[in-house]
This record gives sequence, C-alpha cells and structure tokens, in this order.
Amino acid sequence: MVDPDDVKRAITRKTILVSVMHANNEVGTIEPITEISRIAREAGVYFHTDAVQTVGHIPVNVDELGVDLLSISAHKLYGPKGVGALYIRKGIRLTSLMHGGEQERRRRAGTENVPGIVGFGKAAELVRQEIDEEAKRLTKLRDQLIQGILDRIDHTRLNGHPVKRLPGNVNVSIGFVEGESVLLNLDLEGILASTGSACSSSSLEPSHVLLAMGLPHEQAHGSLRFTLGKWTTVEEINRVLEVLPRIVTKLRAISPSFKIVNAKDKRKENVRHLETV
Amino acid sequence: MSATWKQYSEKVIDHFMNPRNAGDIVDPDGTGRAGNPVCGDIMEIYIKVKDGTIIDAKFKTLGCGAAIATSSMITEMVKGKSINEALTISKLAVAEALGGLPPIKIHCSVLAEEALKSAIEDYRQRQAARREQT
Repeated sequence: MVDPDDVKRAITRKTILVSVMHANNEVGTIEPITEISRIAREAGVYFHTDAVQTVGHIPVNVDELGVDLLSISAHKLYGPKGVGALYIRKGIRLTSLMHGGEQERRRRAGTENVPGIVGFGKAAELVRQEIDEEAKRLTKLRDQLIQGILDRIDHTRLNGHPVKRLPGNVNVSIGFVEGESVLLNLDLEGILASTGSACSSSSLEPSHVLLAMGLPHEQAHGSLRFTLGKWTTVEEINRVLEVLPRIVTKLRAISPSFKIVNAKDKRKENVRHLETV
Repeated sequence: MSATWKQYSEKVIDHFMNPRNAGDIVDPDGTGRAGNPVCGDIMEIYIKVKDGTIIDAKFKTLGCGAAIATSSMITEMVKGKSINEALTISKLAVAEALGGLPPIKIHCSVLAEEALKSAIEDYRQRQAARREQT
C-alpha cells in the first residue's frame, strides 16, 4: 500500500501534481486516496487518481476521495473498449490534449466516438444497479479462492492487501513453480489467469509491482493472478481449487529448487522465507 | 487456446505436457546446472556415462513451457551419444528439433545447452579426480 507519509516526503516545491492509482491493477490493493489527497491539498498540489480498476466495482465518490481529477475506462465496467472519462473538479483548467478541434470543450480535438460513449453510459447505468450486491458476491468468492489456495498448496502467499482489495482480484505467489508453466496447464483446463513472471512478458523482467513490493524475483516469477467478474460462479472457484493443486504438484515434481528445499526441510533448517516475506 | 499457447509449436507443447526424462538419476556421473532464480529459470541435467557414451540423461527444470520442453528435448538428443558428440549439440539444434521457439524463448535453449555442457564438464572433472586417485 502507498504510505501517505511517503507521498508527503516526496512533494517538493516543484511538485505540481500527485497521481496515485485508486486500486492497483495487478495486486488489487485499494490505496488510501482520501489521506493522500488531503496531503496534496495541504501542499497546494493537484491530485489525480486512476480509478479504472475501481469505478463500477466499489463505490467511488470524488468528494469523499477528495480528488481533483479522476480517470475511468468503459471496458473495465463491461462497456465498450476505446472510451474513457475524466472527472475534472470545477475550477481546474487543463491545456488541450490534442489541438485542432472544438470537441470536448476544446480539451481533446477529434470527432467523438458516439456509439462508444452511449455504450459507456449504458454500462455505467447497469453496473450501478448491482454494484453493492455484486461487490459482496465477488468478495466472498475472492476470499474463498484465496483461502482455498493458501490452505491446499504449501509455500504460497497472498500478494496485496487481504482486506483493502478489489472484490475481483486474487494474486498469489506459488513457490517453486514458474508462472507461465502454470498458466499453460490451467489454460488446457479452460481456466484463464495471468502471471507477473518474466517468461510471459517480452521484457524478461518480472512484474515491477511485485518487485517494488519487495518480493524476491523467484516469487514474482511464481505469481498468478485470477480476475473474477460478473460471470464468475462458485462452481468455477471450486474447479480452480480442484485443478490448481494438481498442476502445482506436477510442476514441483520436476522443479530442481523444490528438491533442495525439501532436503533442507529434513535438516530442519529455516525455510519459512516464503511465508515471512 | 490462449495467446500463451499459440506462440508454441506442437512439439514444444508435447514435450512440455509430456516431458521425457524428467526426474533424478541415482548416483549420476555428471550433474550440470544453468540459470538462476532471478531470471526465473533453473535447469539441471544429470547424465550417466558408460565407456564414453551417455547411456542415460534426466533433468529437473523450474521454468516456463519452453524451458521444460528444451530440457526434455536435449535429454532425448544426448542419449546414446558419445561425450564428444554430445558437446556438439547446439542450442540451435535443440530449438530446431522442437519445431522452432518464439524469439523471446531462445534463451531457454541457451540454458539447455549450458546445463548439458556443465554436466559433461562435471563428468570430466570427476574422471580426472578419479585418475589422480589411482
């Protein structure tokens, strides 16, 4: 979680804007935006939050959050791709993003994507009707999945905040396996997930989010993210919990590092590093 | 199937899902290791040698689909080969035998070649140490 005191220390006389995402897209942690925006306001600095992950999933109120600017994307709340919205607090003047047209009060030139905008509006309307119930339902499923993974597979840890967390986000690190090899196996079972492992990115660097949180490289490589949504059922959660331990056992059986730790276990050496990080 | 799968050839998928020679060799004549936890891949290759010929090879690998498939393939390729022949197996040959690898996975075949060479080096050192003893 972003520490508001760190933000306070980072602000200098030259700072004009602070931007902190409302919730992290990888680990699901909901950041203390109200506290951080207060710090920005006291310092006379504008505050922006990227609420793409939260709007439509948890209640978002610009006044409660104390933000000057807030961005949203339609496709994260089941709307069409390619449309977004920016909340601008009254009195804040922005320079144009693109010049050449009068559109969007001269802030962004170019013909508006009308069907996209209409779709965005409808999606927001629909999501609003069920947000409370849906957040409750997903939180329950999310916690079942997290608890199930931690209970059924040893050398696992939850990444991100256990409670201040997006209802649909599960991010775990599984020791002694590499993320992509787990994904491939899950895929064959019809289960889609993602990983922060370098092996599934083109950069060969694991997730910068997990590394910034202090995770060692090997745990970032063994990270797995499941995203739950509107159509996720309890049956599907149970199926992941049935399939995943089997896949991990299979991969660990051919993992050289797992062998080493097992040998250490026998010598009763401290191998609790996975749990303590 | 998702995009993660589509980058791989049928042979890679086959060797990943049904790896050949996965596991340990009891009392190997040579053990090689390549990669490290930081890069995300660790490969170990074990060989059994008789009269200068590799009669058995096995592996253990922590890594992605391509890492597991290249380990599986290289252990298949070395079996029955002499030590000198085994040393000529290149990363390119491993990748080719697998029907090609996506560009970002070429380093997996590099690891396989390194692990094999390190196993052979280990075997040679053991042989040298044995000769000195006698």
